[in-house]
Amino acid sequence: MSVPGPSQWLVLIVFVPLLAAVAAVLWPGRGAGRWLTVLTGLLTGGGLLSLSARLLDAGEPVTHALGGWPTPLGIALYADGLSLAMLWLTWVVMSAASWHADAYNPAHGIDEALFRPLWLACWCALNAVFVSGDLFNVYVVLEISTLAAVPLVAIAGGRAALTAALRYLLFALLGALVYLLGVALVYGRHGRLDMHGLEITPEPAMLLAAGLVTAGLMAKAALVPMHVWLPPAHSRAPAPVSAILSALVVKAAVYLLLRLWTWTWPELINGAAWVLGGLGAVAMIHGSVLALLQVRLKRVVAYSTVAQLGYLLLVFPLASLLAWQGVVMHAVSHGLAKAGFFLAAGNIMHLLGHDRLQGMRGISGGPLALTMFALALSAVSLMGLPPSGGFLAKWLLLQAALEAGAWGWAALLLIAGLLAAAYLFRVLAILLARDTPDPLAAPGSDRHVPTAMAWSALTLALGSAVLAFAGEPLLRLFSIGSPDIMTGSTGP
Amino acid sequence: MTPPVLYALCAAAIFGIAVYGLLSRPHLVRRLLALNMMGVAVFLLLVAFARRDPEVTDPVPHAMVLTGIVIAVSATAFGLALVRRLYRDTGRTGLSESRDP
Repeated sequence: MSVPGPSQWLVLIVFVPLLAAVAAVLWPGRGAGRWLTVLTGLLTGGGLLSLSARLLDAGEPVTHALGGWPTPLGIALYADGLSLAMLWLTWVVMSAASWHADAYNPAHGIDEALFRPLWLACWCALNAVFVSGDLFNVYVVLEISTLAAVPLVAIAGGRAALTAALRYLLFALLGALVYLLGVALVYGRHGRLDMHGLEITPEPAMLLAAGLVTAGLMAKAALVPMHVWLPPAHSRAPAPVSAILSALVVKAAVYLLLRLWTWTWPELINGAAWVLGGLGAVAMIHGSVLALLQVRLKRVVAYSTVAQLGYLLLVFPLASLLAWQGVVMHAVSHGLAKAGFFLAAGNIMHLLGHDRLQGMRGISGGPLALTMFALALSAVSLMGLPPSGGFLAKWLLLQAALEAGAWGWAALLLIAGLLAAAYLFRVLAILLARDTPDPLAAPGSDRHVPTAMAWSALTLALGSAVLAFAGEPLLRLFSIGSPDIMTGSTGP
Repeated sequence: MTPPVLYALCAAAIFGIAVYGLLSRPHLVRRLLALNMMGVAVFLLLVAFARRDPEVTDPVPHAMVLTGIVIAVSATAFGLALVRRLYRDTGRTGLSESRDP
């Protein structure tokens, strides 16, 4: 047996987690689940290394025709710099969150036999979204991600979690069917579904199709005005699940918006760019203001996700290579920082048993020292302060706005940054307050955060900080195969 | 009016009725039914598109519909399980009064 080449790895990084999920159903024990996850991490990690090496070497996207059938009849898998950015993000966040879950699940009574197959299926679906090159294939893998993510929200049980899961399910299914209606229209007009071969011209039917596909994906991505399901679902889920939902699952749908509007129908973008950018702006302001008003920690973080997703839509009105790099960097650094923040919030809940900000005054020392460091580092990246990936991303976006002379967007970026600082400093001020004795530091208290939970949060937070220093080579990798309308080779 | 146009109009009408049902009915089982109706509308449209050319039948939309049915069945089964669990635990059949505290 020979070592698989890069294009075969495109298939394996989808099928390894899928087979592991099936194996986790057959061997439901805790030990087996852990080993299956480690094996999945090692194999997909190796695959990603091979793919990255090939991409840097050739400087162009890697493709694979499934079963040897060429498009448009067959289904193509496709990976470029953007795919690799999201695949690496998925790998790092899933690995760290799995590590966290090893300690979190037994302590919180989460059934391993239910959790592990769903977790691995979600990993499979995310990898599949990021290498899909086919509109219908995307529908299928998005549904797998929904049907894995919703039960993970409900897994803890209880009225609030069940209601949140049901609301999430209704929005996600509605989004999927609206998306599918759009895809049906595209097929009816063009008779093919491959995202990179379709040549869609501005005509009423295709504008309708693009609108339906976009609306469907916006429901899945919780973009304003379809965001109401996100805060309850993301704040009621167990900590490792919240981390992957906010960092990865919603981003899979945003990723598809970027991919479709820049590769599949760039010619329709003209009017839509402002609509999409405007919705992003509303999300940035609305989400931040609501984050400022929340009384529970995990809801602050969840509304912060609503706000931070808005940044990703700014790529449409700005439309330049700088903006493109800024948005990709933002997706990655937000993913790391937000997952780190959610894991840290889970550690705090683990000790306190609740996440009401009111009961958190001055708990920063003692057993939570490492967790608090992780939380503060993640907050720095989310606010966009240096040194962090968040700073680099916002700097690139700001530069793109200034170079384009788009003062409105530049002002929006600054205001949203200030609002993010406001809602995060509000949290930090409560946690780091010195005016009350630390309730957890009382002598004789033996409560502690398990090593795995503290260090997994810290790893992600450090990752989002390190991005600031690894920015240059990473941006080179992420820019491979960037779309024509961003690099200006044809001009929008 | 040619048959494909008739089918497309039918699909649009069913989709619209289903969206109305989804938004206006609080009962969760009705909402799941409405989502299934939306699915049926899209499948009808796809099957109509399979006969764009009256001479040959395009098999790709049929494959899409079959896949779509599998997904719809799984999603509906899971949704019903969640609704039953919610009803058993809380006696509720809707989401409306459930504000997150």
